[in-house]
Amino acid sequence: MTLFLDTLFNGLAIGSVLMLAALGLAVVFGLMGVINMAHGELMMVGAYTTYVVQNLLKEGPLEALFPVYILLAIPSAFLVSGLAGLLLEKTVIRRLYGRPLETLLATWGVSLILQQFVRSVSSAFFLGLLLAVAVGLLAPRFTPAPWWRQPWTPLLRAGSWVLAVAAGVIIAGGLGSVRALHQPWFSARNIDVTAPQWLRGSIDLAGVTMPSARLFILALTALALVAVSWFLQKSAWGIRIRAVTQNRAMSSCLGIPTETVDALTFFVGSGLAGIAGVAVTLLGSVGPNLGGNYIVLAFMVVVLGGLGKLWGTVVAAFLLGIVDYVIGSGSLLLIWPTMPAALNSTIAFFATTSMAKVLVFILIMVFLQFRPAGLFPQKGRMVEA
Amino acid sequence: MLSSSSSGGSLRRWAPWVLIVAASIILPAVLPPFRLNLLGRFLSLGIVALGVDLIWGYTGLLSLGQGIFFALGGYAIGMHLSLNSLEPGQLPEFFGLYGVKELPAFWQPFASPLFTLVALWTIPALVAGVLGYLVFRNRIKGVYFSILTQAALLVFFNFFNGQQRLINGTNGLKTDTARLFGELVGSDAMQRNLFWLTVLLVVAAWLLCRWLTRGRFGDALVAIRDDEPRMRFTGYNPTAYKTLVFTVAGALAGISGALYTVQSGIVSPQYMAVPFSIEMVIWVAVGGRGTLIGAVLGAVLINYARSLISEQLPETWLFVQGALFLLVVTGLPDGLVGWWRQGGLQHLLAMLGRAPRASTYPGLDLDPSVQAEKSSFLSHPPGGEP
Repeated sequence: MTLFLDTLFNGLAIGSVLMLAALGLAVVFGLMGVINMAHGELMMVGAYTTYVVQNLLKEGPLEALFPVYILLAIPSAFLVSGLAGLLLEKTVIRRLYGRPLETLLATWGVSLILQQFVRSVSSAFFLGLLLAVAVGLLAPRFTPAPWWRQPWTPLLRAGSWVLAVAAGVIIAGGLGSVRALHQPWFSARNIDVTAPQWLRGSIDLAGVTMPSARLFILALTALALVAVSWFLQKSAWGIRIRAVTQNRAMSSCLGIPTETVDALTFFVGSGLAGIAGVAVTLLGSVGPNLGGNYIVLAFMVVVLGGLGKLWGTVVAAFLLGIVDYVIGSGSLLLIWPTMPAALNSTIAFFATTSMAKVLVFILIMVFLQFRPAGLFPQKGRMVEA
Repeated sequence: MLSSSSSGGSLRRWAPWVLIVAASIILPAVLPPFRLNLLGRFLSLGIVALGVDLIWGYTGLLSLGQGIFFALGGYAIGMHLSLNSLEPGQLPEFFGLYGVKELPAFWQPFASPLFTLVALWTIPALVAGVLGYLVFRNRIKGVYFSILTQAALLVFFNFFNGQQRLINGTNGLKTDTARLFGELVGSDAMQRNLFWLTVLLVVAAWLLCRWLTRGRFGDALVAIRDDEPRMRFTGYNPTAYKTLVFTVAGALAGISGALYTVQSGIVSPQYMAVPFSIEMVIWVAVGGRGTLIGAVLGAVLINYARSLISEQLPETWLFVQGALFLLVVTGLPDGLVGWWRQGGLQHLLAMLGRAPRASTYPGLDLDPSVQAEKSSFLSHPPGGEP
């Protein structure tokens, strides 16, 4: 019984992190059909936001708030990641709607840039970047207007951006010789977020040791889930989002601003990635490569659950979490000690974290052979089933 | 390039071949061994890029798992090289570290060079065939296919990474110090021979792909890319075509991986890392998808740029690469070769005020050979977005 509860709790704990990571994807991928490979990097942005909030509150005038910094980090991470996602939507993804494979490649490019950005960002770098963007955006303002109505204007535009980037690089290089500005903000090393005192212990219940951090993540997941489903089901904008998902042309005819709806959907989905980032910081140190560990599994959760179905995502995440824990911990060996030797050695073979992942992925692929549309498929009759 | 009786046509036809032969004779003489080795490696990556072009550029299947087949080919040759210079009864060194006393059964056949030569492309082809059949049978396509192939990639990566006792895990297999035909694999003479072998195989792979993409089979692939349901309703079975082309791409990846392994001196699970497989796609995208020469060109150019940039400013490479992804997808969807073939240079000149050359001349309009070439161009447009 204790073993059962233990398995259940640990499985739910693994599943809850997956759930948070997949929730944002379920909104962005499930509702909009956009493949955002930078979703994991938006999680990373959330994690780094938590780190910044922690360091801001550690000392200084707001020191009194330090014990609850994690609660402040949640809305901040939501906002920062959400805004980053909004910027991504406005600049890149907007041009690629209806071309999912291209979106996949473009967002992968964004994820590479974001990873390297947190590694090498320093004050000098940041100022150079600001300068480059300012020069690039303001170039049309401060040059003769007729230049921008010529056949060669595209070349001029490209050239002005190249110049802007060159100026930014030179400035960043020059400022980089100043020691204080050269210091990277985060560097390539992993960062550690220390959980506040009240999240460090654990609670014993019916013989199961539950770390408070895990419980906190479970609560956070539940809260996020309730909030998202309330937002989608009950709020005016949620209803508009669902309307656009079902029939974009008709919604547009009825006066729903579809572009705003797209931007909003993306903002919410990215913000949820930020919240997932906060949760991940409680589990250990995080680094620039954080996203890669979660992105594929999160996509699998959404596909397994069935597109556009929030409940499917929930069930799939917890199912995966429990299966992953059962295989990885080898607890089957404890439950059934007298099993045949061949089975025993097979289970022991897969009873490590990385081999458990192997088996989980294989199981998902086998499952999709029988239910290609996931656990809860969308009803409807389409050629593109 | 249609055959043409005029001397200009035959020059155009033969020039590339002359160029290739000349380059493969001159380059080994001029380039220092290190650079030659790099060029050989990048050319061998061109073969896997050709496979990616077949399945993505022509058939519209974006596989993010080509690294599986690439690494399987590499491991096949790596296992053979670990075995072939041993005394009878001896085991490869790393087995001693993990207390393995007996050679695992699946290693045994790789002692035979003949088996290895066949296995290095049949095993990847077989894996690709099975995986492809299972996926395509269920009509899983588009981004679902991409994600599934990436998941499959992770399966293989974690497996090879975690199995120290079977395949030396993270450390991979070294091939530098092994002997092939009595010669050290890492030696300069051997590397020069391998370079020639690579050039030969790239040309062979290109010819194979060209043969596949011309004619009815190629048309079927493009039809799948452009409108699969319509093709199915016309009475074709897309599953067979897709499985076949995915298998061919897998075999090409295996050959490419084997060549890359012997030239870089090691095969490790890093060949199955997620980013590497996505990079293969971007080589094709930059070179020009749906154009075979673009795939090879893209692989060589980008990897060369990468090695240059990484030598000078290692931390900027990811920025450049990310920007490349964005730029190609938003601004240059047909890649460099596609841009060139669609008259990109003339557009550029027109922007600068140089009037574009008139596209037709009365003399040309009456020339039957020009007209034939034009119509073949129209019926086989060089790839591009549907």
